Amino acid sequence: MEARILDKFRAVVGRGLITEPSQLHTYECDGLTNFRVLPLAVLLPKSTAEVQDVVRICSREKIPFVARGSGTGLSGGALPIDGGIVISLARMNRILEVDLPNARVVVEPGVINADVTQRVAPHGYFYAPDPSSQSVCSIGGNVAENSGGAHCLKYGFTTTHVLALEVVLPDGSLVHLGSRAVDRPGYDLPGVFVGSEGTLGIATKVVLRIVKKPEVIQTLLAAFNSTNEAGAAVSGIIAAGMLPAAIEMMDNLAIQAAEASVHAGYPDCGGLLLVELDGPAAEVEHLMEQVDEICRQCGAWEIRVAQSEAERAVVWKGRKAAFAAMGRISPNYIVQDGVIPRTALPKVLSEIERMGAAAGLRVANVFHAGDGNLHPLVLYDVRIPGQEERAYELSVNILRLCVQCGGSITGEHGVGEEKKAMMGEMFAEPDLETMQLVRCAFDPQQLSNPGKVFPRTRLCAERTGPYQPHPLETAGVAQFF
Amino acid sequence: MAGVEAAWSDLRAITGAEHVWAATPDDAVDGVQPRMVIEPGNPDEIVRVLKTATAAGLQVIPRGGATKMDWGNPPRGGDLIVSTRRLNRVAEHAWGDMTATVEAGCTLQQLQQTLAEHGQRLALDPLWPEKATIGGILATNDSGALRIRFGSLRDLIIGITLALADGTLAKSGGKVVKNVAGYDLPKLATGSLGTLGIITQAIFRLHPIPRESRSLSFSTPDSAAMNALVLALLDSKLVPTGLQVRAAYSSLPEIDLRFEGTAAGCDVQVDQAVRLAAGSCRIEGQADVWNAHAALWSGSDPAVVCKFTLLPASLGTFFDKVREVAEQAHLRWRLVAQAVGVGWLRLEGATPDVFLSAMVELRQGLEAHGGSLAVLRGPLEVKSKIDVWGSSGDTLPVMKSVKAQFDPIGVLNPGRFLGGI
Repeated sequence: MEARILDKFRAVVGRGLITEPSQLHTYECDGLTNFRVLPLAVLLPKSTAEVQDVVRICSREKIPFVARGSGTGLSGGALPIDGGIVISLARMNRILEVDLPNARVVVEPGVINADVTQRVAPHGYFYAPDPSSQSVCSIGGNVAENSGGAHCLKYGFTTTHVLALEVVLPDGSLVHLGSRAVDRPGYDLPGVFVGSEGTLGIATKVVLRIVKKPEVIQTLLAAFNSTNEAGAAVSGIIAAGMLPAAIEMMDNLAIQAAEASVHAGYPDCGGLLLVELDGPAAEVEHLMEQVDEICRQCGAWEIRVAQSEAERAVVWKGRKAAFAAMGRISPNYIVQDGVIPRTALPKVLSEIERMGAAAGLRVANVFHAGDGNLHPLVLYDVRIPGQEERAYELSVNILRLCVQCGGSITGEHGVGEEKKAMMGEMFAEPDLETMQLVRCAFDPQQLSNPGKVFPRTRLCAERTGPYQPHPLETAGVAQFF
Repeated sequence: MAGVEAAWSDLRAITGAEHVWAATPDDAVDGVQPRMVIEPGNPDEIVRVLKTATAAGLQVIPRGGATKMDWGNPPRGGDLIVSTRRLNRVAEHAWGDMTATVEAGCTLQQLQQTLAEHGQRLALDPLWPEKATIGGILATNDSGALRIRFGSLRDLIIGITLALADGTLAKSGGKVVKNVAGYDLPKLATGSLGTLGIITQAIFRLHPIPRESRSLSFSTPDSAAMNALVLALLDSKLVPTGLQVRAAYSSLPEIDLRFEGTAAGCDVQVDQAVRLAAGSCRIEGQADVWNAHAALWSGSDPAVVCKFTLLPASLGTFFDKVREVAEQAHLRWRLVAQAVGVGWLRLEGATPDVFLSAMVELRQGLEAHGGSLAVLRGPLEVKSKIDVWGSSGDTLPVMKSVKAQFDPIGVLNPGRFLGGI
């Protein structure tokens, strides 16, 4: 990068400028480690004004930028752009305001997800979206991906809990989307910004909704001979008109890994179900009896109900450590994030097993059974020639299967870099074109995390006035749709 | 205008002449008289109608059940009403997955009746469900008391199909609740008053119809006591499916509370609520109290009806402000508010100028604290002198940018939205 431009950046962030290659390597990827790109520089602003100044420089000098929270994303959303910079929000990590009577908390984007709950827990509140990485991931990252977590079945996703955002647009200007009150008149811009994977600008303040902790939480563990039987129990629970706080399922391979890693004491079974009910005590007591009955009817041979907060934590320990635990049973793995309609669960699981056997690879399954969000973990050994390619191909085919069943290629990890090629499986050209209209409205210069999410960049035309060819078009590099 | 005349015959060719007819004064929207009404029979016809209208320079006003045509600023123009009445099917009810796909012209009541066959519902209770269509409810972001437990439309919609002015038919979202692939256009379309595209179809997540329901009501001596009880209820471990407040110039504030679920669960919560409300007076519940906000739309005219939003802890001070402003202006008033911070206010008995200054004053107070006031119904003399939606803060440029991308020529509902979009 030109010294002139580095000087400009240094003038804004001072010591918050990283250009030393050995230090830049820390930022070359996020949680998706098989894609790496070295950024030209990394900037760590400390305030909204600094973020604005940095983005203004990028806008003037046409430098693409990628915002980064904790770098735990699993789809390459924070993967740097070749020839671009990374803007890390790690230094903007203050909880600015806690408004308990209105159940709102205002935070900077670098605040860690679990820290929000920790801050309001003494008053009986919690911040509901709880991705498994919550002790490390940032609110800004959660906003970018519309993160979910095990409890989003009942409590919703990040977008359910974000009321307002202060956003630095890709031209450096500042806007305030949404409001502390609900239903602000106008377009639901917070609704569009959450989940936009850093492509529409950078959030510098977020107004979050917190939720009252329920009166009781009861967690039940049930062991089945197969995931099919466990799946039938899930359907039975939903058909009975219940809405549990969470329903998680693990298959035997996933259980083995979790046991090897954190010794949660899970029963050795074909399919493990974790059902969590919360709410008023009388309601939960009654419903838990029903869940117990449904599980037995579907063949559960062991049922445990956590009797204390400590027992509950142990029950969840295995599930939350599941991905990381894969390292115990396999040198490498690819985790996917497909979603299917719940009723397709048995069919899809058996198809995944068949496809895995055909590819000669093991697939461990951990998933949010309540909302059909699968996390198949394709296990392989990169040292064995051809295995990585076969593993990648299998994981893509699993996603293809999800889409064919009426589902989605991503339930919570985001499209990022990793799955943009698959967007065309889920959406037709007019759908992708229309979504990109939003991109053009916010970021006509395509500097904010460009190249992510969509397989083909749509050029943003001026919609009125005489036609002006885009330089890329004149150069024969891109085509106008 | 030869181009426009040719357009009419092109339009007739798309739907068949029996589905195009000359508009009458009943079809006027805030004094703007369209020339024609067209009722396409399927999304493909809608798309072709829009394309034809756009090419001919016509301005289009979408219409569902015609229950909220006067919401929004008066249109800058309107030649053609595109009615979604014939797109009225429940296309799919996947009860095992608890989702449903509905065409935009289906009334909410018809949808609920279909869903009830498998014990499910769309957990939404907006105005006039027997006439209001899914498309119109979405376009206006209407809601009722259930939102305290189930969220509003943005939390219930999971997929949408939009017909754009240039003839593009675009899907976003999907059939599964958990889905972060691409931008969230269902949310963008919600509350957009038909200015980005005509909604042809929407997909929703559903909930089970509750086994039992219990409602109770309390009277409170003043707004401060009302607000204290509301906050105490919100801060408790109770999980109501309705918590609303009713107030009027002639009566004390009353609170309505509803629980749904198992009989045992409901009974225990009712007892706990009664104990929490020990300082207030339990009263006989009104019939149809959960439809109370619908009653604000009738009374003596001239009147204005507004939607207001605010923080829950500000309900009391807002009610006092309404009382104060109304007393000074000799206005009668009634309101219904949901504890989550959204409500509706009816003002009666004044000239347009008096209505205007009262609403401006109330709006200033609300906007200063992160809330809003939107005029939903009122005399044209009032609506033409105010942006009915309120301030756009610093968001107008980006909102105009979004509009310019989706509808660059300004075919759809020109002028009716925030900031004259």
